[in-house]
Amino acid sequence: MTLDEIKIGGMGASRRRVEDNRFIRGKGNYVDDVVLPGMLHMEILRSPVAHARIRSIDVSKAWEIPGVRLVLTGDMLATRNLAWMPTLSYDTQAVLATDKVRFQGQEVAAVIADDPYIAKDACEAIVVDYEVLPVIVNPDQARAAGAALIRDDKENQPDNKVFDWEVGDRSATDKAFAEADVVSEVELHYPRSHPSPLEPCGSIADFDRSTGKLTVYMTTQAPHIIRAAVALVAELPEHMIRIISPDLGGGFGNKVPVYPGYVVSILASILTERPVKWIEDKTGNLISTGFGRDVYLKGQMAVRKDGRILGVRMHTISDHGAFFSDAQPSKFKIGLMHSAFSCYDIPAAHLTAEGWYTNKAPGGVAYRCSFRVTEAMFFQERMVQAAADDLGMDQAEFRRINLVRDDDFPHRTPFGFLTDSGQYGKCLDVALEAIGYEQFLKDQEEARKKGRLLGVGISTMTEPLGAGNSREYDILGIKMFDSAELRVHMTGKAILRTGAKTQGQGHETTWAQIVAHELGIPADDIVVEEGDTDTAPFGMGTYASRSTPVAGAAVAMVSRKIRAKARKIAAHLLEVSEEDIEWELGRFYVRSSPDRGVSIQECAMAAYSNMPDGMEPGLENVAYYDPPNLTWPFAAYVATVEVDPETGVWDVLRMVAVDDCGVRINPMVVEGQIMGGLTEAYAMASMQFITFDAEGNCIGSNYMDYLLPTAWETPGFELHEVVTPCPHHPIGAKGIGECATVGGPAAFVNAVMNAVQHLGVRNIDMPLLPDRVHAAINTRSDISGAPPVRTDSP
Amino acid sequence: MYPSRFRYEAPSSVAEAIALLEEGKGEAKILAGGQSLVPMLKLRFASPELLVDINNIAALDYHHFSSDGALHIGALCRHEHLEKSSDISSRQPTIAAAAPLVADPIVRTRGTFVGSVCHADPQGDWAACMVALDGRIVAQGPSGKREIPVRSFVSGPFQNVLAYNELAVEAVIPAPKGTALGGYMKLERRVGDFATAAVAVAVDVDGGRVTRAGIALTGVGGTTIDAADAAAALVGSSLDAETIARAAELAAGVAQPRSDHRGSASYKRHIINTFTSRLLSGIAESHEKAA
Ligand SMILES: Cc1cc2nc3c(=O)[nH]c(=O)nc-3n(C[C@H](O)[C@H](O)[C@H](O)COP(=O)(O)OP(=O)(O)OC[C@H]3O[C@@H](n4cnc5c(N)ncnc54)[C@H](O)[C@@H]3O)c2cc1C
Repeated sequence: MTLDEIKIGGMGASRRRVEDNRFIRGKGNYVDDVVLPGMLHMEILRSPVAHARIRSIDVSKAWEIPGVRLVLTGDMLATRNLAWMPTLSYDTQAVLATDKVRFQGQEVAAVIADDPYIAKDACEAIVVDYEVLPVIVNPDQARAAGAALIRDDKENQPDNKVFDWEVGDRSATDKAFAEADVVSEVELHYPRSHPSPLEPCGSIADFDRSTGKLTVYMTTQAPHIIRAAVALVAELPEHMIRIISPDLGGGFGNKVPVYPGYVVSILASILTERPVKWIEDKTGNLISTGFGRDVYLKGQMAVRKDGRILGVRMHTISDHGAFFSDAQPSKFKIGLMHSAFSCYDIPAAHLTAEGWYTNKAPGGVAYRCSFRVTEAMFFQERMVQAAADDLGMDQAEFRRINLVRDDDFPHRTPFGFLTDSGQYGKCLDVALEAIGYEQFLKDQEEARKKGRLLGVGISTMTEPLGAGNSREYDILGIKMFDSAELRVHMTGKAILRTGAKTQGQGHETTWAQIVAHELGIPADDIVVEEGDTDTAPFGMGTYASRSTPVAGAAVAMVSRKIRAKARKIAAHLLEVSEEDIEWELGRFYVRSSPDRGVSIQECAMAAYSNMPDGMEPGLENVAYYDPPNLTWPFAAYVATVEVDPETGVWDVLRMVAVDDCGVRINPMVVEGQIMGGLTEAYAMASMQFITFDAEGNCIGSNYMDYLLPTAWETPGFELHEVVTPCPHHPIGAKGIGECATVGGPAAFVNAVMNAVQHLGVRNIDMPLLPDRVHAAINTRSDISGAPPVRTDSP
Repeated sequence: MYPSRFRYEAPSSVAEAIALLEEGKGEAKILAGGQSLVPMLKLRFASPELLVDINNIAALDYHHFSSDGALHIGALCRHEHLEKSSDISSRQPTIAAAAPLVADPIVRTRGTFVGSVCHADPQGDWAACMVALDGRIVAQGPSGKREIPVRSFVSGPFQNVLAYNELAVEAVIPAPKGTALGGYMKLERRVGDFATAAVAVAVDVDGGRVTRAGIALTGVGGTTIDAADAAAALVGSSLDAETIARAAELAAGVAQPRSDHRGSASYKRHIINTFTSRLLSGIAESHEKAA
């Protein structure tokens, strides 16, 4: 009897998430839940000002408080060469400030005490004398003549520029523009946002002098990268470092970088020879850790009257904060920004990019953004809508004309990536059909006559997910591949470990389903473990939607290795030659007499009790997987909205999402990823941003000012699927983790613009707060380029 | 959360609470729902030496209409109790409209009406309702009780006139002169957000004419703003469109909004106008229907 794959929790089963059992019972084990004997507590003193020279730091009062064990400043770190650390993009970042503070919230000193209350009291007792310097809060100020030099610590840094960079074919693009009937322009700001995982960052460093071993519990999405970084920065031997990333309360890219708090807690444990716990508070997390976006995007599109796009130009100006600390997987300074326009058939494109230091927290690539893909796709879809409007062509029709056709793969994108598969037109059609596009346009006409403003917005995109391949992608030279190790026990149960690190994606559920699919072992018989560098095989971690494309592929490959060995054992047990053996899910049988067979579980037992002569015992293996290409999922999102012309308040009427992420391992988990992503997309479109006043004060340092949408205002989402398997992935899957966050915002913004465009408004920058929408309608003008936050007196 | 060290007491009577306040000599703070005070303790914006938790004083947990028609709200009456009370929804429309808009459902289970008025946040929703309804606070100290009209109770942003040894034991909303009509409209960026701008309206109507009116504005000034002229313009009228438009303009005129990340000053002023007009038109319409 053949096994029912859905019943054993294999591919395609909407199996309940096994990790949720402990999460919903409050039994998760987060870093802050870990309590070690003799543990001390660390608190960080942060800078209240955005740019200042440190004249002096007086820690004497802090030392006087009973229960204080250690007070650390940048000068003390400097004696050990630890005041600065390298970032993941070849820059340096202050661990504790020595010379200057460069953003509000920067780490200045640390207190280690018997409990966190004492540590906090002692932080308040530290007196820092700041000489306040001029503050730079945006690239315009950074580039101004005579601007204060933020990075005066660096040699060969005469100004505030981080980089200049270009990609594409300038002369071919110029030629395309010369042939254009219409040239459209867009200029916008993608505001700074923050992933704000519900669990902030933290670590417990435990250095044991007697063994020389350093164990660090840490909120990290990439434990192996951290181990390498600690080995290089702290100059500790790598085999004596164990990084454990236990349950994570969300990451969204916020937990990829190395943060000063981690480093200081490690040093503190080495100095005190006791475990030292550091748990950041929510404000610390919002004002100092990896943020997303903060990019000004400008561009032009050359189009022909018949609707064909001939070429695009893009220019991006990115604000990196005080240190260039993005994780950089590509050779390019602005990540994968040049993945823009990949779903359209465009002959010529050129992109220039500049990056600037400002007196703001460092980062830029967090928040489900896949290394700037979010900005790229948002710009792309705003540009496409503007061009359609300028041509006077229907926005859906314009997309249909330019989308890459199904028979055009593999397709070279305008900036040189190779896409391999998709049914773009079909996805768009499914979405338009679901939303009732034609009827909505009629309703919109009618409503307009009564003064009501309805709008429909579309966003279609493919994005590059799953770095690497190792030829093109690395972090600090470490190639981007991933791994899986599978140990099948004698009773046919198994443990699987990977180099990825789940933080809500559901790896404990879905990896077991891949094994079930490959081996026929029920998913419930497989335990999945990640995050401990002493036990997991080396891997690059989880971010950029890379787990299923890379680690997930490794899971399939290691299962196949196990199956290959089991086949030999089966031949031995069935007393036939290997060539005479056939496989069906969970069972080998003799081709000529299918009734004679052995289950995978029987093979497992034999691997420990009755292996063929000369065969290595056991049933365990490891696979490292280096993908041949990125995976290219596609999405078509369509939103309809109604705008209240009197207040500028807008409501989402419907949101339809059609995702093609190839083969879906667990459809329910995929839908969860999409719904979460659309919620974040809605948040960014409607309410979420971090801004700064002229003094560099962060506005958005708590949940009163930085808004996370609740279930109350989040619209309902209608999900549909199209499946185009990935041609190079062993199980045909593509990345999905970030699609909705990346592609969603443009659908909402395009919908609002569609509602007000006849009133002379072409762009309103996110977030589309009611007062911005109202002002744009009333003044019949755009709101572009980050209006500064004014705070005036009554 | 790691606040500064404090002593904690949880008395079970008002007299004990007052004695503790006496003992605290101005360094004590009342803890009611804790939804404003606890965040301030966490951020160390407040570092009291003594916390007097009144949650064990069961006698303060009530709200009821007295025989004269006045509404009495005890110091432990939670936002949620007002939101879910059928009495309130049938007899006190301004409070009923505001209750589901205060904070979020979780905060509403703990936060108290009286605590909110004591906290005197210019963005607090209840203070505006109190002003629109001519409410008063009953304070009790070592020498007994006194009544303070809400307009003189709040002395500035986050300031009230209570003496260090006084406890606000209840809020009183006087009986309406005729049929109580009213509403509350609040522009917020998402549930749980304080108002970008909000308007409380309370209108008593008798024989088709307005006998008493109150309009108060939230979030558009250093304290709750009493739009007295706008309200006065309604008295004697039948809530006709012209009067409504004039009242809305007068209300917008007394707003003192600031530009900030919630919106520009001119936008907030515009919202006050729009909401006042929408509230009054809605009231006029429903009253007409009922008549
Ligand atoms: C997430 C969140 C969102 C919120 N949103 C809103 C909102 O949209 N609108 C709004 O109006 N409010 C909002 N609030 C505040 C909330 O309504 C508070 O509950 C309210 O402001 C204070 O009431 P409390 O009982 O919690 O008072 P507490 O926090 O216990 O006390 C507040 C202050 O009043 C004093 N006090 C309390 N009771 C008395 C008393 N009986 N006598 C003398 N002094 C007293 C305390 O000493 C303290 O100084 C929000 C709060 C949170 C946490």
